[in-house]
Amino acid sequence: MTDSAWIDAALTSARPQAVGALLRYFRNLDTAEEAFQNACLRALKSWPQNGPPRDPAAWLIMVGRNVGIDDIRRNRKQAPLPDDDQAISDLDDAEDAIAERLDGSHYRDDILRLLFICCHPDLPATQQIALALRIVSGLSVKQIARAFLVSEAAMEQRITRAKARVTEANVPFETPGAVERSERLAAVAAMVYLIFNEGYSASGDTAEIRAPLCEEAIRLARLLLRLFQSEPEIMGLTALLLLQHARADARFDSEGALILLEDQDRLQWNQKMIAEGLALIDKAMRHHESGPYQVQAAIAALHARAEKPEDTDWKQIDLLYGTLEIMQPSPVVTLNRAVAVSRVRGPQAALEMIEPLAPRLSNYFHFFGVRGAFLMQLDRNDEARVAFDRAIALANTSAEAAHIRMHLDRLMRDSQPRDTKAGK
Amino acid sequence: MLYAILCYHDEDFVGSWTQEQDAAVMKKLAVVQDKLARQGRLGPVARLLPTTAAATLRKDDPPLVLDGPYAETKEQLLGFYLVECENLEGALDVARDLGAANPGGAYEIRPVGMYAPGGGAT
Repeated sequence: MTDSAWIDAALTSARPQAVGALLRYFRNLDTAEEAFQNACLRALKSWPQNGPPRDPAAWLIMVGRNVGIDDIRRNRKQAPLPDDDQAISDLDDAEDAIAERLDGSHYRDDILRLLFICCHPDLPATQQIALALRIVSGLSVKQIARAFLVSEAAMEQRITRAKARVTEANVPFETPGAVERSERLAAVAAMVYLIFNEGYSASGDTAEIRAPLCEEAIRLARLLLRLFQSEPEIMGLTALLLLQHARADARFDSEGALILLEDQDRLQWNQKMIAEGLALIDKAMRHHESGPYQVQAAIAALHARAEKPEDTDWKQIDLLYGTLEIMQPSPVVTLNRAVAVSRVRGPQAALEMIEPLAPRLSNYFHFFGVRGAFLMQLDRNDEARVAFDRAIALANTSAEAAHIRMHLDRLMRDSQPRDTKAGK
Repeated sequence: MLYAILCYHDEDFVGSWTQEQDAAVMKKLAVVQDKLARQGRLGPVARLLPTTAAATLRKDDPPLVLDGPYAETKEQLLGFYLVECENLEGALDVARDLGAANPGGAYEIRPVGMYAPGGGAT
């Protein structure tokens, strides 16, 4: 690995801990971020010459703190300074001096504080995600804007607004108590899941540029799991993301059209991610404290375990969706369950299951796609065509529309066999 | 004499490699491994899954299962087993049996992500 690739990876992996520690010290997001950036600049100069420090995060925290204090001194001569009795001016000594003090006791709280600030309840989800990707993951505004398919200016504004809200909300920088911690852990988990979905729901033509969101979400989930080693839902979340992302290379054809699970080339599934996902869900199950992430991961695990589509344990998937319906009642969950039901009990039963959802899902692309597929299986082709037409009208991406058109083409072929033959 | 070479690194750091960077490192390692294999000196090689997938069995009475890797520093690594098991519970059963035969200390149980049996070393 080249020097610069090594330094990039070291800066990325040290970032949450370092920015978290600097935030504890400066109690201001912008100051902490700026101090970290400055420390990174010095690392880029110093590390290639002097060799990498033994503990990059400790080095960055120490240097960032000193640089930050200098900046404050320069900018506001009269302003009170943070307690700087531990500040060390000679950067060369920084690592040795701080290494013993950074025994990891602050590690967990620093990162948590950082994550909790990004998930502040005053922030709408879109701002939470943007802020977390900027502050915790350290993606540039340009990278985030690209992944969200918005202009850089718009993303800059979104992040600035989020920071302003955090400041207005007067977020306490103290370490949260046990109750607050568990409440806000759920919010952080939801945020990580949203980041993943932003990447996962990309269409074929944007999948490549949005995939980093999935990878970032997995990194955050692993980080969270290291902080909460015994939380089965965090194990479930991490497993779910790994199992879904393992299929990334098989989900789109060369033209960017969506390939359904049963048509995917399973040899393209990433076995390393599957192994880790299965190990995590297995570990979570031992706790006998089920939750929505674990159930969804268990469903993904059943798909991952099937070497061929026909090996899929649809019966178990139906049961798991039934559990999920009780935990998180939602028409979308029922719709997903109906797909399993169609495999276990046939399309008629599945169709009956989704009919009551029609009023609530009247603008939902997948509802009409699934409904059309059930009707097609029942040879009710005219009704199927109506459903597919509606699905195309509601498609969110060109890949979704293209996928439905494929069904429609098949319907046309099936319903006009004589015409086709006569034409030849 | 057989030697075990145990690999330590910062998991966050290795975890932030891209797939390409990871593959490049593995490829370079394979060159070294191939040479040893040709000389008939290479035993099993394994890459463990991240510590987030680990569990630890403290060999107390009764044994206590904890999530996560073995985190204490006062004990030393004295040996290891590679055992085929159905799942984590199966591996814990094996560890409990071993622990009953030799109480005290702990076993960290880590699923293996990549495994090459080698077989050259005798």
